[in-house]
Amino acid sequence: MISERLRLSGISWLQLSPILLILGFFLVLPIVAIITVSFWSSTEYSYFPDFQFENYQYLFSSSVTRSVYLKTLMFTVITWASTLLIGFTVAYFLAFHVRSLYTQIGLFLLCTIPFWTSNIIRMISWIPFLGRNGIANSALIDMGVIDQPLEWLLFSDFAVILAFVHLFTLFMIVPIFNTMMRIDHSLVEAARDAGANGLQILTNIIIPLSKPGIMIGSIFVVTLVMGDFITVRFMSGGQSASVGRLISNEIGLLQYPAASASAVVLLATVLLMIAIMLRFVDIRKEL
Amino acid sequence: MKDNKLGVSSKIPTELSTGGLTAHDRQRRRLLKGASATAVVAASTVFGVPTIWAQNIKNVTLRQFGTGVSNLNDVGDKVKEDLGFTLEMTALDSDSVAQRAATQPKSFDIADIEYWICKKVWPAGNLQAMDTSKIDNYDKIVGIFKDGKLTPDSVIAQGTAPHSVGFVDGPDGKQFVDEESGWMTLIPTIYNADTLGIRPDLIDGEVTSWAQLLDPQFKGKASILDIASIGIMDAAMVCEAMGEISYGDKGNMTREEIDKTLAIMTEAKKNGQFRAFWKSFDESVNLMASGEVVIQSMWSPAISAVRAKGIPCVYQPLKEGYRSWGGGIGLSKNLSGLELDAAYEYINWYLSGWVGGYLMRQGYYSAVPETSKNFMTADEWGYWFEGKPSEGEIVNPQGVVMEQAGAVRDGGSFEQRMGSVACWNAVMDENQHMIRKWNEFIAA
Repeated sequence: MISERLRLSGISWLQLSPILLILGFFLVLPIVAIITVSFWSSTEYSYFPDFQFENYQYLFSSSVTRSVYLKTLMFTVITWASTLLIGFTVAYFLAFHVRSLYTQIGLFLLCTIPFWTSNIIRMISWIPFLGRNGIANSALIDMGVIDQPLEWLLFSDFAVILAFVHLFTLFMIVPIFNTMMRIDHSLVEAARDAGANGLQILTNIIIPLSKPGIMIGSIFVVTLVMGDFITVRFMSGGQSASVGRLISNEIGLLQYPAASASAVVLLATVLLMIAIMLRFVDIRKEL
Repeated sequence: MKDNKLGVSSKIPTELSTGGLTAHDRQRRRLLKGASATAVVAASTVFGVPTIWAQNIKNVTLRQFGTGVSNLNDVGDKVKEDLGFTLEMTALDSDSVAQRAATQPKSFDIADIEYWICKKVWPAGNLQAMDTSKIDNYDKIVGIFKDGKLTPDSVIAQGTAPHSVGFVDGPDGKQFVDEESGWMTLIPTIYNADTLGIRPDLIDGEVTSWAQLLDPQFKGKASILDIASIGIMDAAMVCEAMGEISYGDKGNMTREEIDKTLAIMTEAKKNGQFRAFWKSFDESVNLMASGEVVIQSMWSPAISAVRAKGIPCVYQPLKEGYRSWGGGIGLSKNLSGLELDAAYEYINWYLSGWVGGYLMRQGYYSAVPETSKNFMTADEWGYWFEGKPSEGEIVNPQGVVMEQAGAVRDGGSFEQRMGSVACWNAVMDENQHMIRKWNEFIAA
C-alpha cells in the first residue's frame, strides 16, 4: 500500500518535473539572483557580495521613489480604465451584435492587425502625428478649432497614456471576448423575457459572467504599464519618470544592486496589486 | 560629449560595413584617393620599410574597444592594409567602456577611452604607460595634451583637462604628474568642443550665451541631454552664464553647487521650459529637425545630420566658451613582445595622418593636425581647421554633401574653437550624489 503510494507520487513528480525545471531555471532562479544582488554593495564601477540594507534604505527614504510610484500608479489607473472601457465595448460588440461567426472572426483579426508591427514602431508613429507641426495640430488649425498648436499633445502625460491605451487595449479585448463568447445566449433571452431592460442585462448577466476575462485583461494591462520604461521615455520626451525608467537608469549607471532593490520593490508592489485584484474574482473557479 | 560615441559610433561602422551605402562608400574612396595620392606616397616611405618581424606581425591580432566615434571599421580595414595585422574593434557605450577598462583587463589589448574615464580607471592598474620616445610624432602633438596649453598664453580650462591625467611618473606609475614625464597614459586621438545647437530659422534675434537655454522666449522649445555626467556640465554652463552661481570648478562641484544647479533646472522644468530631454544621438537629431526644439545641447555630428536633411542648424559659438572632451588610446598591462611592438606601430600609424584626416572630415580634431593635413584637400583643411570659407562643396566621409561653396564652419578655426574651452568633461568627487540629484531632476 505504502509502496504503491510512493510509486504513484514518484510518477506524479516525474510528470511535474518539466514544468518545475522550466519555472525553476527561468523564473525562480533569476528572482532569487535579483533578491540576492539587491543586498550587495557597489562602487561606481563594480559591485560585490555584501549584506546591507542601504539600497532599500535609500529607496524608501527618497522623495523620488514616492513621486515616481505615484506617477506610475496614475498611468496605470488611467490606462486600465480606458482600456477596460474600450476593450469591453469592442468585445461586447463582437460577441453580441455580430451574428455570423465568420464576421466575428474577421473583425477580431482586424483588431490584431496593428499588432503585426513592433510596439516600438506603433508608439513612435504617434510622434510625427502629435507634434507641434504634426497632422493633428495642422488639421485642427485648418478646421479653425485652434489658432496655436496644442503643445500638450506630444511629450506629455497625455501622450504617454494615449500610447499605452493604443498598445494595450488588445490585451483587454482578447480575454473579455473569450469569456463573453461562452455566455449562453439563452440567459440573455430569458432575462429579456422576464422583463429586464438592456442595462439590467448588462449589469446583472454580462458583466458578472465576463469577470474572469476582465480580470485577466486587467492583470495584463496593470503589469505591462507598471513595468514599462520605453513608452514613458519616448512619449514624455524623457520628462516623466516611471519605476521602470528608474531601474533602467540605474542599470545604465552600473548600479546593479540599487536596480535589483528597485526591481524587488516593484515586483512586490505588482504582486500585491494582483493579489488584491484576485480577491474580487476567483479566476480558477470561473474559468 | 562622451556619449556621442554611443550614438554615432554604433551607427557609422554598421552603415559602412553592411554595404548599404556602397555608392557613398565608393564615392568617398574616390575622393580619398584623389585627396591623398601624394600623402600615400609619403606615408608608404615611413611604413613600407620591411623589418625583420614584418612577416610575424601579420599574425598579430589586437583587440581594441572603445566608445565608437573613433572605433570605426574603416580604421580596422586601413590598419590591415597599411600595417598588415588585424585590429578587432568593439564599440560600447561609455559606461560599459569604463567598466571594462576597470574590471576586465584580459578582454582587450587597446582601450580607446576618454580622459575623464582614464582618471577613473587608471588607478585600477590595468593599463601600462607608454614610452613617448617611441612615439614618432610626439613632438607634434597639440599642447592641450602635453602642458595643457594650446598656445603659450592659454588659460587651462576647468574639469578633467587631458594633460592633467596624461602623464604618470614611470612605466608602472600610478600617480598622475603635471610635467611631461615621458610616460603617457593615453595617446590622444580625437577631441572636440561642444556647444548649443540652434535652429536659426525658428529663432528671432541672436543667441550669444549659454544662459539663453533658459530664455523665456524659448519656453517649451528647449532641450538638454539626459546623460547625467554631461548634462550637469551643460547645466552648470547655463547657471554660471545666468550669474546665478559661480563655481569653484565646474568639473568638480561641491554638493551645494550641485544642489543649487539642479534646483534652477528643476524650476525651469516645472515652468515648462523644456520640450523634451534626449538620451541618444538620433533623438537629438529628430527633436531639432522636426522643430519641436529650437535650442538644445548637441553634438557636432548631430548638427551635420540635421543639415544633411537640408534643415538649417547652427552649432552656435557662445561667449562663455565651449564644453570640451577628448579621447585617447591606452595599452593593456598584458601587452608585451611582438604585440606591444605592433601596438606602438599602430599608435605611430594612428598619429601619422590618415585617421586624423578621416576624423577631421567629421568635424572632430586630430591630436597631430599637421600630419592630417596631408590626407585632406586644401579646401577641406581650410574649412575644417582654419575656419576659412569653403571653395567647393564640403563632403563628409560617407560622401554626403554637407556644405556648399562659401560656407564657414560654426565657431571658426581650430584656435578659435579649442582656444575658448571653458570646461572639460569630468568626473566629480561627488559623482554619486550628483547622479541621485540628476535623477530627482528628471523625475520632478
